[in-house]
Amino acid sequence: MMEVTQKAIDPAALQRSLANPAAGGYCAFEGWVRNENEGHVVERLEYEAYEPLCLSEGEKVLAEAKEMFPYLEARCVHRVGLLEIGDCAVWIGVVSAHRDEAFKACRYIIDKIKVRLPVWKKEHYANGDSGWVNCERCAQHGIAD
Amino acid sequence: MKTITVRYFAMFREHAGVAEETLQADVATAHDVFEATRARHGSEEPNGHCKVAINDHMADWDSPVSDGDTVLLFPPVAGG
Repeated sequence: MMEVTQKAIDPAALQRSLANPAAGGYCAFEGWVRNENEGHVVERLEYEAYEPLCLSEGEKVLAEAKEMFPYLEARCVHRVGLLEIGDCAVWIGVVSAHRDEAFKACRYIIDKIKVRLPVWKKEHYANGDSGWVNCERCAQHGIAD
Repeated sequence: MKTITVRYFAMFREHAGVAEETLQADVATAHDVFEATRARHGSEEPNGHCKVAINDHMADWDSPVSDGDTVLLFPPVAGG
């Protein structure tokens, strides 16, 4: 299930929601707001999403992951709005019968979420400037398509 | 001549100064719409890392547009 929320993400509650007696493995990824990017001191981040296509594209990513790495349950939650340093911006959890599917599906989902969902982030810097983050940088870090 | 509703997001919205506007132009594809809006707003953003949707469905730059369509222009995404 793909969700977009303006509320703080609660990883413990999300983990509990994936409880499944057939699950032998659980893998989660949390993306946090970092205080530095490309040499700039970041004070907070502002996330914007186009929710209708975030949801439909996110569901496609989850389905692709399930096809390749058959898992039991998976959820992805992306937060939007103004986030502070240390806040959880994205949470992904996968449960599967064995660990391999959970690890691989979780990695696939976060990698695709970052480059396919219509989500944008604006960094607010300590010097008062702000700027939209261009995901071409993601490609430089080897995680884009 | 077609009437297209164009919606801008994030950086594109700030460049255009509006979230949505109506475009009347001789356009055949999503790329034509992008070029027409670049000309209107003086944007220099290439479409290489941008995405486009037509009527709430992800599309390709060479996807055809019809009179009355809504074209959504997405600048480079950066989720997560």
